[in-house]
Amino acid sequence: MWRDALLVAGKDLRIEARSRVGLWQVVPFALLALVLFAFALGPGPVALRAAAPGLFWLAVLFSTVLAIQRSFAIEGGEGTRDGLRLSGLDPAGIFLGKAAAVALQLLVLQLVLFAGVVLLFGARLHTPWLAITASVLATIGLSAAGVAYGALSAGLRVRETLLPLLVLPVLAPVLLAGSRAWAAALATSPAGGGQWLKILGAFAAVYVVVGVVLYGPLQEAA
Amino acid sequence: MGAAMATVVELRTAVALAGRFPALSGVDLSVEAGEVVVVLGPNGSGKTSLLRTCAGLLNVSSGTAVVLGCDLREDRVAVRSRVGLLGHAAPLYDELSARENVRFATRALGYPTDRVDPALERLGLVGRLRRTPVGRLSAGQRRRVALAALVARSPELWLLDEPHAGLDAAARRLLGELVEEAATGGAAVLLSSHEPDLSVPMADRVVSLAGGTITSSSPGGRATKLSVVDLPAPLGAGGSNVA
Repeated sequence: MWRDALLVAGKDLRIEARSRVGLWQVVPFALLALVLFAFALGPGPVALRAAAPGLFWLAVLFSTVLAIQRSFAIEGGEGTRDGLRLSGLDPAGIFLGKAAAVALQLLVLQLVLFAGVVLLFGARLHTPWLAITASVLATIGLSAAGVAYGALSAGLRVRETLLPLLVLPVLAPVLLAGSRAWAAALATSPAGGGQWLKILGAFAAVYVVVGVVLYGPLQEAA
Repeated sequence: MGAAMATVVELRTAVALAGRFPALSGVDLSVEAGEVVVVLGPNGSGKTSLLRTCAGLLNVSSGTAVVLGCDLREDRVAVRSRVGLLGHAAPLYDELSARENVRFATRALGYPTDRVDPALERLGLVGRLRRTPVGRLSAGQRRRVALAALVARSPELWLLDEPHAGLDAAARRLLGELVEEAATGGAAVLLSSHEPDLSVPMADRVVSLAGGTITSSSPGGRATKLSVVDLPAPLGAGGSNVA
């Protein structure tokens, strides 16, 4: 399973490195969303700083949908979808590989978005370990849940419009817990941040297990 | 085709579903190891569905369907890594090179990657062609890459869905050689085609498909060739056994 996961993750990342869809589409989209949110809130620095964690995670959430759609567009053709089913790869390995590739892209995206939050909103990180742990746990949860739901909608003709409808409500706990954990990390005192990490950790664990167990049947159903 | 040959495909009144709709309606077909069977039929007759059923991609709802000893009604996933399917759409990633695509297909099965370069060379994919992203290759070249992946995987059952499509004369000759090599090496080959002129000479047996069922079966060109070669040498013919 782990060998298959490495193989699939390597393949997906290599394809992304060549196509540069993440670099030229997903990252600009996330930054644009951040700027538009800032416009909507107005120029007040206090309001912007207070809203920064929520806006950061909202931008990450929308970008996750794009990254998931892209991950399944790679296997979108009839040939590649069948090819993957006939490849001999363990479905759990395919799930972990695709989720790992999406997670790595999301982590890089978050670095760029963090720079955007610092520049646009004047945010300052006071408890880096809390923000980093929250980001890592949230990213695992987002990519695992996203890939599981991506597999569910992969074979449908309306997948591009259906995926956001399916996945955004499911990812809402990550938005909430990620925002609160980041708010604590940006505040001078990180009180209460730990409990949000527990929620992010539980979400990630549940969806990794769900994906490992259900990816095979979902792939068949698609 | 001796009696000792193992049966690779055994379908008895097999009904297969594509989603909720019947794609095959009561097919009877057996294919032995080392045998090349060509399936002819008009558009929509069920040729692709027959091949996809044998690959374990379609759900068999009734009848008997055993491929490489795996009962497809009980577990159709188990057979997949042992068959090689060349469908209408090649299972290739446009951004990856020919070499990377074949390497991925080979490594997915846990095979050593030293099979990759010989397979590419066998299909004439050398030099720049090997390194070019397959999205920039012509349809015929992409077909060659997909065939190279099959050669590297060396499946026990080759399922070729209209494999001549998009191939030039040289590649068609090469395809004939590959099919012959696979069959001689003990693999079974099930090949669907619209082009009897090209496919029948390769076949031990030709079956016709219409409306999701087999309607006729006749010997193909390969069977005739083999039976000629197998003729006992006539007395006083100088040892030659070819008529």
